[in-house]
Amino acid sequence: MDLSLLNQTLRDERQVKAEIEKIRRRLTRSWVLMEICGGQTHAIMQSGLDQLLPPEIELVHGPGCPVCVTPLELIDKALAIAARPEVIFCSFGDMLRVPGSNQDLFSLRAGGADVRVVYSPLDAVKIAQQNPERQVVFFAIGFETTAPPNAMSVLQAKALGLKNYSVLVSQVLVPPAMHAILSSPHNRVQGFLLAGHVCTVMGYQDYLPIADQYRVPMAVTGFEPLDLVRGIYSVVKMLEQNEVRVENAYARVVKPEGNLAAQAIIQKVFQPVDRNWRGIGRIPLSGWGLRPEFSEFDAELRFDVGNIQTSESPLCIAGQILQGLKKPFDCPAFADPCTPQNPLGAPMVSAEGACSAYYRFARSSASMKG
Amino acid sequence: MCLGIPGKIVELYQQAGLRMAKIDFGGVLREACVETLPEAKVGDYAIIHAGFALNLLDEQEALETLQLLRDAGVLDEELNPSSQT
Repeated sequence: MDLSLLNQTLRDERQVKAEIEKIRRRLTRSWVLMEICGGQTHAIMQSGLDQLLPPEIELVHGPGCPVCVTPLELIDKALAIAARPEVIFCSFGDMLRVPGSNQDLFSLRAGGADVRVVYSPLDAVKIAQQNPERQVVFFAIGFETTAPPNAMSVLQAKALGLKNYSVLVSQVLVPPAMHAILSSPHNRVQGFLLAGHVCTVMGYQDYLPIADQYRVPMAVTGFEPLDLVRGIYSVVKMLEQNEVRVENAYARVVKPEGNLAAQAIIQKVFQPVDRNWRGIGRIPLSGWGLRPEFSEFDAELRFDVGNIQTSESPLCIAGQILQGLKKPFDCPAFADPCTPQNPLGAPMVSAEGACSAYYRFARSSASMKG
Repeated sequence: MCLGIPGKIVELYQQAGLRMAKIDFGGVLREACVETLPEAKVGDYAIIHAGFALNLLDEQEALETLQLLRDAGVLDEELNPSSQT
């Protein structure tokens, strides 16, 4: 198995180069493409695709980094809830170092708060079952991909009759963010790589009207180098032929209608709500919140955390980076003083943040084109 | 967070009313919820994200993806979230 997979990796490398050559042959001018998903940003940087691609292709990095767009007010609320002695606060790992106004969950934990990293929201439900005398709160953040597990944890808590489980919800959606980016007068994006696993859950029908309205072609794209170049080729081909469609360049995983069972779980628990996006602002109907029949599981209602006064780092330009208006190295604080160890903004923290990708894979203005 | 790791379903069972599976990620066994895959059978490969199955995929694709993730050093990171901090 190992040997054949080694050959496979080599073959992939040749295929990636062949696909890049196909892109090169199509090009008659330069294009700006956005990859929505921060996981893809990291894959692009890690594989060096940004430097292998023809210089006419500029990739700008989108807002698809869940911890990056979670509003500061909610992080401060999380900190206030997690600081309570009766609370066990559970979260995905990359939320812990995201800076709130004054501190982060990691430093709160170092100071004695019971903050736990879980792999799945269902693990948080188990912790609630095992600790009936404590209040267990799960930080239910994320895009459409994390919505089914987050929703299922609420359904499960209800089925088990748990009175000590609640969720602090910051559930956001890709299509409204694309509207916000495309309707901005500063927008430069001409084509999109759609987030493969968001589409695995939701399908890609919702993107057809957006493509039509703004005349931007899109391709559902996966996460491996070969997936990424195929997505880029698909979008470049449409741009060069002046065609606007939504193509599926990740068809081995994504069906047009998505995963209907997963959508049914989401619909049971969540309803569309307006959401604030950190660095971007309020976007109408850009997220999900708990339906009224699940309000007993709403941590914001269960814990009165009072008036939160937020204060953002004056140096951080995360909002412009998340909208693809600036690159991380345009930030005067990049690498000094802002680093993954001492982040001023969320994109330097997360495994999906653009700043962290540039920092980890040593991209500087000197080594970048454009 | 949205990466998702392919794994093989080696056991299916009910737990606290949920359809669960034991998943083999190239030798590392983990539990995942497969409520999202009513059609899944033992031996199928699925993409798992945050302890949940997103979708099925074929064996060859799954094995190749696992190897690529292992080469890139992200397999451990995804499967052991507490090691990140």
